[in-house]
Amino acid sequence: MSVILSWDTWRLLLAGTVVTVELTASLLAVGLVLGVLVALGQAYGPRPLAALCSSYERFFRAMPILVLLIVLNYGLAFLASTYELLWLRLPAFAVAVLAFGLHSSAYQSQIFRGAIRAIKPGQLLAARALGMTRWQAIRYIVLPQALRLAIPGWSNEYSGVLKDTSFVFAIGVTELTRQGWQIMQRTREVFLIFITVALIYLVLTYLGTWLLEWVERRWGVPGLTGQRQEEYGRVI
Amino acid sequence: MSSNIVVRVEDLHKRYGNEEILKGVSFTVRQGEALAIIGPSGTGKSTLLRCINRLTEPDRGRIFLEDTEITSPHVDINKIRQQIGFVFQDFNLFAHLTALDNVRLGLMKVKGFSKKEATERAMHELARVGLAEKAHAYPAQLSGGQQQRVSIARALAMDPKVMLFDEPTSALDPELIGEVLQVMQELAEEGMTMIVVTHEMGFARSVCDEVIFMEKGVIVEQGPPEQVFLNPQQPRTRQFLGKISELYGGAR
Ligand SMILES: Nc1ncnc2c1ncn2[C@@H]1O[C@H](COP(=O)(O)OP(=O)(O)OP(=O)(O)O)[C@@H](O)[C@H]1O
Ligand SMILES: [Mg+2]
Repeated sequence: MSVILSWDTWRLLLAGTVVTVELTASLLAVGLVLGVLVALGQAYGPRPLAALCSSYERFFRAMPILVLLIVLNYGLAFLASTYELLWLRLPAFAVAVLAFGLHSSAYQSQIFRGAIRAIKPGQLLAARALGMTRWQAIRYIVLPQALRLAIPGWSNEYSGVLKDTSFVFAIGVTELTRQGWQIMQRTREVFLIFITVALIYLVLTYLGTWLLEWVERRWGVPGLTGQRQEEYGRVI
Repeated sequence: MSSNIVVRVEDLHKRYGNEEILKGVSFTVRQGEALAIIGPSGTGKSTLLRCINRLTEPDRGRIFLEDTEITSPHVDINKIRQQIGFVFQDFNLFAHLTALDNVRLGLMKVKGFSKKEATERAMHELARVGLAEKAHAYPAQLSGGQQQRVSIARALAMDPKVMLFDEPTSALDPELIGEVLQVMQELAEEGMTMIVVTHEMGFARSVCDEVIFMEKGVIVEQGPPEQVFLNPQQPRTRQFLGKISELYGGAR
């Protein structure tokens, strides 16, 4: 048993890491856009739309991600071949982004909804009193504040989905965990591979969290976002 | 056409559920006039003020801004609201924006000013309320009195035909009330048309041209401040003023 991984092994693990990062970034982006729309629908939409958004959110939160992946993968393939809808014949990676994106959007909508609730409602009245439309008030008052307030929640969501992405092996996408698993099968270097994969996840989690903290500070507003809570934390 | 009437309210009614909050309120405000509305808590003063820019929809009655009936369903309410400044009890500044951006936002997004024009206008208004040097402070970095002055500047920047104030000093510590009243007094002296809901009897008496005493959704008494404060015609007005002076130690 060697203590140093071969260049070939590294190459494969890095390729897996790239897939994991791409998948995580894409699913978070899809989930963000859908999640924000769902949360806005819940908070400001007319009754029927709000109800629809709530059902959407409950449904996708209830679905185990593995089930969602498999159903979507075979479902889309089935529709594509039965109705000859060629555009539905998506590559496995795209199906994965879609399934994870839908799943994450349900969670992200709740993060965002909490953030919307934390905004003092009088500000919307003030915006309307200036002559802004409802949409302008949401666009210029609610969104900028809610997006900032949501960052700690996203940090959490990021570290969660990062590891969940390993489920994509079920539809034939090879990411970091799968890559490691295949190398283990081949080389029998179980311990070393295991440690390396775990360390890569650790680094990814750390980098992502650090990036979000940087964004939070960069766009921070005194009195609105987590201004060095730690400093006060030490006082009390 | 009655030339210099800025706001006319006719037989305004509003109910919430079974409770009738406004039971037929009518009055007019002339160009350059400062009208004070006083009365006990829960009487419908805020409801009345919010009906005037339709933040609350009245059930019945008509409201005119100059010659435009703003209660008409055909009116573009966002166009009307630009012309009516509203100052809230708890300021309602936009928490993520600096004082300057709070004042600039409406100019840019509602009135379509360029950034340069909006900045000039906003700085002018901030200077007017004595806060030019706080332009880059966020609301959380300002005292309550300063926040309220920014919110007055924000409303003034839109160049309103009338300013509505809903208890603008009620959320302030006593030592901060003066600076806000000072700004309002200057506005009144410059000839701004204003409707002020207030518990500051001293202000109503010395600055305003007309006073309305309201109770339980109706106007009980109306007249110039000397009459309402020194020689009230209605026993209810006398009772209320007596209670207020007990609470606040007389008209300040
Ligand atoms: N959105 C609402 N839904 C139901 N009831 C309401 C609503 N807004 C106000 N009310 C009720 O209407 C009545 C009048 O309220 P309003 O705020 O106009 O009184 P006010 O004279 O401004 O009192 P205050 O001096 O305490 O501000 C109160 O009884 C209040 O509970
Ligand atoms: Mg009130």
